[in-house]
Amino acid sequence: MTVWSHILSTVDDDDPVFKALADPTRRLLLDRLFERDGRTLTELESEFDMSRFGVMKHLRVLAEAGLVVTRRSGREKLHFLNPVPIRLIHDRWIDKYTERRVSALAELKTQLEESA
Amino acid sequence: MTTMTEQTTQVYSVFIRATPEQVWDAITKPEFTTRYFYGSAVDSTFEPGAPFLSWSGDRQEKLVDGEVLDADPPRLLRHTWRALYDPETAAEPHSRVTWEIEPQDGGVTKLTVVHDGLERAPKTALSVAGGWMYVLSGLKTLLETGEPLASG
Repeated sequence: MTVWSHILSTVDDDDPVFKALADPTRRLLLDRLFERDGRTLTELESEFDMSRFGVMKHLRVLAEAGLVVTRRSGREKLHFLNPVPIRLIHDRWIDKYTERRVSALAELKTQLEESA
Repeated sequence: MTTMTEQTTQVYSVFIRATPEQVWDAITKPEFTTRYFYGSAVDSTFEPGAPFLSWSGDRQEKLVDGEVLDADPPRLLRHTWRALYDPETAAEPHSRVTWEIEPQDGGVTKLTVVHDGLERAPKTALSVAGGWMYVLSGLKTLLETGEPLASG
């Protein structure tokens, strides 16, 4: 894969995430899942002044961006917050400006051990 | 501000531009795991019933112990998990980690990690919550660019 195609594909990855996050209801849904994960549509709907269809629509946008992952548990469909896409944005946009605390320490440890 | 409560089932997912075989290798070969999994080296034959271990980079300290429950390369790996790097998590019972590897269209593979069975391991649940997203982000970066996150 060329450098340029990698840059393009990375942009494609982030686009739906930024779009999904650009809505207060969807951010609130993620906050609710952060507090308690693995919830049904009915549970989530009860906390929002919004129709079931409205909550479902927002959950679908979050799922398409990979921010929410659904799993079947018996007859229930549970919604889980998946923070990995946000971490990828963090790694791409923020980490390069910081000291890369955890990863740098891990790298340093490895290098020291290898040279020891 | 909200505080985080320990979640007894945690699900993490990432799309990676790689084949299922490459993802399987990245999970099961120590030369890969040392580059994205906090420098740790995985150690297992990945046969059901075999020990599942993870060591520090110098192989001196055992960081994780467990047992392989199920292995279907390159699609599924399930093993138990007890983190030994912290005395509080080491005192808790084993929990369970499932790696699901699913090929998608366009040369992309979906990797999902489910960490469950954490009902009696609240310290472990809190400890791994931030860790898995770091690990999966690093695994994706390594497979797609050939470089670990910290080298940039």
